[in-house]
Amino acid sequence: MLTPATVLAASFAYLLLLFVVAAWADRRAQAGRSVIGNAWVYALSMAVYCTAWTYFGSVGRAASGGVWFLPIYLGPMLAMLLAWMVLRKMIRIARTYRITSIADFVASRYGKSPLLAGLVTLITVVGIVPYIALQLKAIASGYAVLTTPVGQPLPAGGASWTDGTLAVALALAGFTMVFGTRHLDSTERHEGMVAAIAFESVVKLLAFLAVGIFVTWGLFGGPGDLFARALAVPELADLLRLSQQGKPFAYEQWFALTLLSMLSVIFLPRQFQVMVVENVDERHLRRAAWAFPAYLLAINLFVLPIALGGLLYFSRGSVNADTFVLSLPLAAGQPLLALVAFIGGLSAATGMVIVEAIAVSTMVCNDLVMPLLLRLRHMNRQGDLTRLLLGIRRAAIVAILLLGYLYYHLAGEAYALVSIGLISFAAVAQFAPALLGGMYWKGGTREGALAGLLAGFALWIHTLMLPSIAKSGWWHTDFIEQGPFGLALLRPEQLLGLAGLDNLTHSLFWSLLANVGLYVGVSLLRRPSAAETSQALLFVDVFDRTVTARPVFWRGRARVDDLLALAARFLGAARAQRLFDDHARERGVASAAHIEPDARLVQFVETQLAGAIGSASARVMVASVVEEEALALDDVLRILDEASQLRRYSQALEQATADLRAANERLESLDRLKDDFMSSVTHELRTPLTSIRALAELMVDDPDMPVDQRQQFLGIVVAETERLTRLVNQVLDMAKIESGHAEWHDTEVDLVVLLRQAAQTVQELLRERGAELVLDLPERAPPLMADADRLTQVVLNLLSNAAKFVPAGRGRIELRLRVAPGALTVEVQDNGPGVPADQRALIFEKFRQGGDAANRPQGTGLGLPISRQIVEHFGGRMELRPDTGQGACFAFTLPCPCNPEPAPAGAPTDAAGDNR
Amino acid sequence: MQRPSGLLTQRLVALFAAALLLFNFPLLALWDREALVLGLPLFPTALFGLWALLIAALAWLMERSGD
Repeated sequence: MLTPATVLAASFAYLLLLFVVAAWADRRAQAGRSVIGNAWVYALSMAVYCTAWTYFGSVGRAASGGVWFLPIYLGPMLAMLLAWMVLRKMIRIARTYRITSIADFVASRYGKSPLLAGLVTLITVVGIVPYIALQLKAIASGYAVLTTPVGQPLPAGGASWTDGTLAVALALAGFTMVFGTRHLDSTERHEGMVAAIAFESVVKLLAFLAVGIFVTWGLFGGPGDLFARALAVPELADLLRLSQQGKPFAYEQWFALTLLSMLSVIFLPRQFQVMVVENVDERHLRRAAWAFPAYLLAINLFVLPIALGGLLYFSRGSVNADTFVLSLPLAAGQPLLALVAFIGGLSAATGMVIVEAIAVSTMVCNDLVMPLLLRLRHMNRQGDLTRLLLGIRRAAIVAILLLGYLYYHLAGEAYALVSIGLISFAAVAQFAPALLGGMYWKGGTREGALAGLLAGFALWIHTLMLPSIAKSGWWHTDFIEQGPFGLALLRPEQLLGLAGLDNLTHSLFWSLLANVGLYVGVSLLRRPSAAETSQALLFVDVFDRTVTARPVFWRGRARVDDLLALAARFLGAARAQRLFDDHARERGVASAAHIEPDARLVQFVETQLAGAIGSASARVMVASVVEEEALALDDVLRILDEASQLRRYSQALEQATADLRAANERLESLDRLKDDFMSSVTHELRTPLTSIRALAELMVDDPDMPVDQRQQFLGIVVAETERLTRLVNQVLDMAKIESGHAEWHDTEVDLVVLLRQAAQTVQELLRERGAELVLDLPERAPPLMADADRLTQVVLNLLSNAAKFVPAGRGRIELRLRVAPGALTVEVQDNGPGVPADQRALIFEKFRQGGDAANRPQGTGLGLPISRQIVEHFGGRMELRPDTGQGACFAFTLPCPCNPEPAPAGAPTDAAGDNR
Repeated sequence: MQRPSGLLTQRLVALFAAALLLFNFPLLALWDREALVLGLPLFPTALFGLWALLIAALAWLMERSGD
């Protein structure tokens, strides 16, 4: 055992640490370096789902029912599979319309109904208070286990530490007030709180894993040994199977639990708070959607080993299985580990209480207290209400925690942990039809939602809440056995005589049946009103509209000053002024006073107010300072029509902008190409000019230069000048071809003749290089229409290129003509080094010569590009044939309109020679 | 929803349907046998294994870049 002082000191040290973490995160947020803006922290904050009920209760449930603890965690797995669709839509809706609680979400969807908001809040409070009590109970009984000597019975009722529990409740209220209601924020984000919750998630996971590892490997010889020993005991072996004690497996209950937890993981107020309201970036959902189930899997991994270990270790019934996490380390003489386990349980409990208190206090303030208050002193008080708002929330936090404490104090001992949790789950599941229906179905009405919620809530009370109270011993159980007023048909656990289901499945079935049935049925009684339709459109189609094209369903007259004053009352004067200034800037006007008080401004103010006081109250307040016309359904539809029109225009505009941008980019890249070209040309011009000038200067400076040398220099000057001329000509040529101004003299050309002529022209050059030219030409080729001079230019260019690269003295160049149906191909093959792989793609670009810089042959670097342009002008293509290791092979193909006729045998080979 | 993410949506819904079937009657009963896997009882091991597989599939779908 541990002394009470040790446990108390550790607990308060832990709470203090929590304060430090939250304060640090808040400070970082103010400095603009948020710690919660990442998907891992988001996923960890979702793990607030795992409360003390998970921490202690799962083991208890596993000890009595085997795998029955799992559906509570498989449900979230299923929900997360759909998170990318459903949760992301909720986040988008909440972000767009500044919705900060479930009550507000439901109320806003059905025409901003205050009545609906109040009802949802009421259901939440009634459903959640026992759940908070459950957390306090877990802390108190954990404390009792730690401080009671091993082997002695626990003090009855855990009463020994009720004062301590009260202190914990008040400390948590303090924490929640400091980090949950420090200032009024219309987005209701709490950075410090989220950081603390993520931290708590890490602590409880590590603590639980530590206990699991200790039990599995410390007390037993690993999982194999543990399970082998459990399987040897018939009752324990039974726990590892589907059906127990010979009863058939209750699949309907399994399904009901899965469904219930699937809904709860989205609709529990704390889950809504961390997943929707505190979400920083909806893309974080991508990672959190799988990381959160992975966390759940990790924290459940050791539930069975601990449960079986406890059952094997302690004699049957001597220790409550709910406390195995603490009592096993204690009994094994590991008080420190037990303390760590207790801190883990404390973190699970406090995390839940803090977030739940913030979420519920926001609801109570915005959806219960404010509407009443505004009605009372609606017109007569015009002062700043921000302090009042914060005050209400703080009072609500204290009230909720005290209610939880009271419930724990009165009823805490009567029920096992797991039942209380499931009762809360069943309460929040009632929100599902109105909320999910409202997100995907436009036909739901306010009355439908009200009827569904009321019926579901009433049946929940009748079939689940009241029986649980009766079983706690507060009430006679005749009510359960004989039905109210002796009406057997109304027996809470066998309504209308429906027997054979466990009480949870039974309650869930009836309440959801009535809820869905009435929601749909009553909704279908009438056409949705204008207010409902407009909200339905905004919710259901939230992904379809951009901010600018979103329709504004409002018509009337307003004044900027009135709206500003209204905003100042609830947001504070400075904040309101800043918001208006920002809005003015967005609209492109000089200051807040110049904003046109149109529907968009009214909607802007209403949305901002909704963040602070809830959409229903915001609607009432805005309506009180503007003159508005009631919209009929037709008006709503017309406004929608206009907005869709606007959307189409804006889409067309976006398309046009994109086209323009693309065109501009193309122009810019052309411009860059031109610049590159210019700089290349000037570079190529400078090289010969430099050498001409250097030689000329040498000759000027040295009048006595020997004639031989002078001759040699002059020879170089002439050669360089020729090169310059060639370059200038080619640049002009290129420019003409590219701009389409070149002159083409197309005549009928016989390629065989043309190639022979070209071969003769280069004969001299080849002889100088000691290279041999082999012609491989057919007898005759079909004529084609082309400019003979241009084609000769191409062939000469290819041949002279080849001549430059063949090895001196033993060069061999082949000139081939191939005739195929519809095409003529000319190939020039040399036995030079070939084109290196890294240059193959470049040689057709301007000024990219083959060869490395050191032995680059003379040339302008324009020959191949010009040749290619010419060939392409005639509809052909030029290419470098794939490297075969036997030198380079350039080829060009020209389309030929005629079919090749086989050369008639014995035809005069020099027939074409007449043309020369 | 006729959006580019349509394929992802369909895959997720299909995965959801598969998970719903795997975790309920009658597929769940297939694992209820008296057998050991690596020294662990088959039924709980199978439940956790299926769960882990689903998480892996979800992670694969969600973390792929694009839409």
